[in-house]
Amino acid sequence: MNESARTPATDLRAPLGRARGLGSTKHGAGHWRWQRITAALLVPLGLWFAWAMVGLLEFGFDHSVFRAWASEPGNVLLMTLFVAAMFHHAALGLQVVIEDYVHGATAKTVSLFASNVGMAVLGLSSVLAVVRLSLGV
Amino acid sequence: MAQAQRPLSPHLQIYRPQITSILSILHRFTGVALALGAVVFAYWIAAASYGETAFERANALMASGLGRLILFGLTFAFFYHFANGIRHLAWDAGYGFDLKTLNRTGIAVVAVAFAATFALWIAAYAAAGKL
Repeated sequence: MNESARTPATDLRAPLGRARGLGSTKHGAGHWRWQRITAALLVPLGLWFAWAMVGLLEFGFDHSVFRAWASEPGNVLLMTLFVAAMFHHAALGLQVVIEDYVHGATAKTVSLFASNVGMAVLGLSSVLAVVRLSLGV
Repeated sequence: MAQAQRPLSPHLQIYRPQITSILSILHRFTGVALALGAVVFAYWIAAASYGETAFERANALMASGLGRLILFGLTFAFFYHFANGIRHLAWDAGYGFDLKTLNRTGIAVVAVAFAATFALWIAAYAAAGKL
């Protein structure tokens, strides 16, 4: 493609005006930033979850004991945060892996869609489960 | 348009495996494993909210031989990704880039992952009263 095909003589806009708004304006660092934010959140939340599971083993994961544990306000908050941070972090991480290893425009688009939608649905489903457990319904 | 036959850069198998490269790919590998673990988590927490029968079925699956093996693997994946993730955050902040530190923190991360995995499982068996 030559230069004149992209910029017809009738186009009175300056080069900057044409480029403006076409890029990932101001969102370029969003992926990188959220991967780090969720990672930092998962440091305490991950340890808390692992330790909480060990504590629940003492009761053999009895359903009524688990429900009592899952309806304590502090645990509801931490579980919600843990679920949100985990699924968001997983989606961001899988995205990078897919972008690096899946070649071909169609295969890449389809796998990115499947991964992102899959993680969003599972994350939402888990948050709803946490809420249902906390309300005892 | 036909692809020009340009020379390729040396491929992965040419290089001697090093602590840095092995631990780097292990970070990705454990990350993907943990994403699959998140799927297991989603099933388990959904089962808990469905009721006692579904929850007991999910827990029986987790406690089976294969279930324990998978959970043990996920525990290691978690602690490795956890420790190496902190290493990554330190790099993001600009620390620990010289080769000597890189190798030292790399070995430390593997040691922490193994130690924490065994410690958690010993604590888990002790909590379940099966030790």
